[in-house]
Amino acid sequence: MNQTLARWLQAPSIIMLLLWMIVPLSMTIYFSTIRYHLLYPDRSGFVGLSNYEFFYTDPSFWPSILNTLILVGSVLSITVISGLVIALLIDRPFRARGIVRVLLISPFFIMPTVNALLWKNMIMNPVYGLSAVAAISVGAEPVNWLSEYPLWSIIVMVSWQWTPFAVLIFMTSLQSQDQEQKEAALLDGAGVWSRFYNLTLPHLARPIAIVILIQMIFHLSIFAEIFVTTGGGPGNQSTNLTFLIFAQALQGFDIGVASAGGLFAIILANIVAIFLVRIIGKSLTV
Amino acid sequence: MTDRQKQNIINQLCIVSSWLIALVFFFPIFWMFLTSFKTELQAIAVPPLLFFEPTLENYSLIEERTDYFKFAWNSVITSFGGTLLAMLIAIPSAYAMAFAPGKRTKDILLWMLSTKMLPAVGVLMPIYLICQQLDLLDTKTALVVIYALINLPIIMLILFNYFREIPVEILEASRMDGASTISEITQIVIPLSWGGIASTALLSIVLLWNEAFWAINLTSSDAGTLVALVASFSSPEGLFWAKLSAISTLACAPIVVFGWLTQKQLVQGLTFGAVK
Repeated sequence: MNQTLARWLQAPSIIMLLLWMIVPLSMTIYFSTIRYHLLYPDRSGFVGLSNYEFFYTDPSFWPSILNTLILVGSVLSITVISGLVIALLIDRPFRARGIVRVLLISPFFIMPTVNALLWKNMIMNPVYGLSAVAAISVGAEPVNWLSEYPLWSIIVMVSWQWTPFAVLIFMTSLQSQDQEQKEAALLDGAGVWSRFYNLTLPHLARPIAIVILIQMIFHLSIFAEIFVTTGGGPGNQSTNLTFLIFAQALQGFDIGVASAGGLFAIILANIVAIFLVRIIGKSLTV
Repeated sequence: MTDRQKQNIINQLCIVSSWLIALVFFFPIFWMFLTSFKTELQAIAVPPLLFFEPTLENYSLIEERTDYFKFAWNSVITSFGGTLLAMLIAIPSAYAMAFAPGKRTKDILLWMLSTKMLPAVGVLMPIYLICQQLDLLDTKTALVVIYALINLPIIMLILFNYFREIPVEILEASRMDGASTISEITQIVIPLSWGGIASTALLSIVLLWNEAFWAINLTSSDAGTLVALVASFSSPEGLFWAKLSAISTLACAPIVVFGWLTQKQLVQGLTFGAVK
C-alpha cells in the first residue's frame, strides 16, 4: 500500500476528530471573551476577561473546586485500595471463580442514572431505605444521607461503580505476573508481605498509575449522579466543577461565564491528560 | 499446625471473603431485580420483604405509563448507530495505520486518544448551540454523530492492535493476486479479525448505552435514551420505586450481559491499551 492511499484512508477519522476538537474548543474560547446571555440577547460585545472574573468570584466557585477535589480524592483512595485488596483476594484458583468475577464487575455496567436512583431509593432513603431499616433495628436514628452528607453519598455511589473497574484492571495485570518468580521467592522463604512488597507491588505500579489517571479524567466530570440525586445541593454542598458550569449554562443561561468555566475544566483535565498520554505512549508500539 | 495447613486455611479464608465481597457488590442489583416484582406498597415496606408473592404488574404497566419502548428504541438506535458509524470510519483508518505506519502514526494515535480526555462540559455550550442552529436538538441524528466521535479514539486503538496481529505475508500474497485495497479489507482483514471487531463493537455499545452527559443535555421527549428516561424519575420521591425498578432492570440487564462478554476489550479500551 502506498503512502498516498494510506493517507486517504486515515483522513476521515483524523479530520472528524480534528473538527470535533477544534470547532467547539475555539467557540468556547470565543464565547468566554464576549457578553453572551440567552435571556439578554441584545447585550453583546467583547468583554475581555470579565467572564473569567465573574466565574472565579462566584460564591460557589471555591466550594465547587473543593468538592471536586474531595470527590476525586476520596473515590480514588477508596477504589484503588479496595480494588487492590479484592484483586489480590481472588487471584487464586478456586471453584466458580468466574461467577465471583462476574458478580464483582457487574456494577460497572449499570447506567449512572440507575446507579444514582438505586442508592437514593433503596439504601439511602430515610424512611424505607435499607440503611434506615438497619439503623432502626439497632435502635439508632435513621440518617437522611442525601441531605445531611450529600457529597459522601455521591462518593459512595461512584465508588460502588468504579471499584469493579479497578478490580478488573488489577486482576488482568496480576494474571500476567511471572509465577515462577513468585514461586522462587516462596522457596527462598520470603513471607507474604515481602513477596507483595517486592514482587507484586512493583508489577502493579503501572496499572495503579493508569487506574488513578483514568479515574481522575472520568471523575473530574461526574455529572449524572449529582444531576439525578442532589441537584448540587443542599446549597452548593454537592456541586462540583462540572455541575457548576452546567448550572451556569443551561440553568443560568449565561453562556459567556459558562464558557470561561468550561475552559477552566479543560485546563484542569489537560494537566492530568499530559501524564496519562505519556504512560500510554510508552506502551504503544507502532 | 504445619505451614502447609496454615497456607490452606488462609487460602480458604480468602475464598470465603471473595464470595462475601462479590455478594455485597452485587446485592443492590439483586435487590433492584427483586423489587421489580413487588407491588408499590411492598417495595417500600418496612421491614423490607425478602419473600413475597411476585407480580408482573410493573412490567406489564411499563409501556402504558412511560413510552418505554420509544426510549428503548432510541437507546438501541443511538448506541448501535454511533458504533456502526465509528466502525465505518475506524476500520479503513486503523487498517492504514497498522499496515502502512508512517513516522507520525504513533503521535496521531496518541493525539486521538487525548481527544477522549477533553471534558464534555467544556464544549457543552458550543455543541448545544450548533445542534440548535442545525435544528438537531432532541434528535437521534445528533446523538449518533456525537456518540461515534466520542468512541472513535478507543475503537481506533483496539482495532489497530487487532490488525497488527494479522501476518503481513497474507496481505502481500493477496496483493500478488491483484486484490484491490477494498477487497483486501473486506475479504481478508475483516474476516481474520472478526472476533476482535465484534467484541470492540460490543464494548462501544455498552459504553454508549450508559452515556449520560449528552443524553441528558441534548435530548428531551423525542430522542431521549433510557438513561434520560430513568433520570426523569428523579423528582417524585420514590413514589414509583417498584415501577422504576422494573424499568431499570430492563434497561440494564442486556447491557450487563454484554459487559460480561467484553471484559478483555474493556480493559484494553478503557486503559487506552496500557494494561494488557
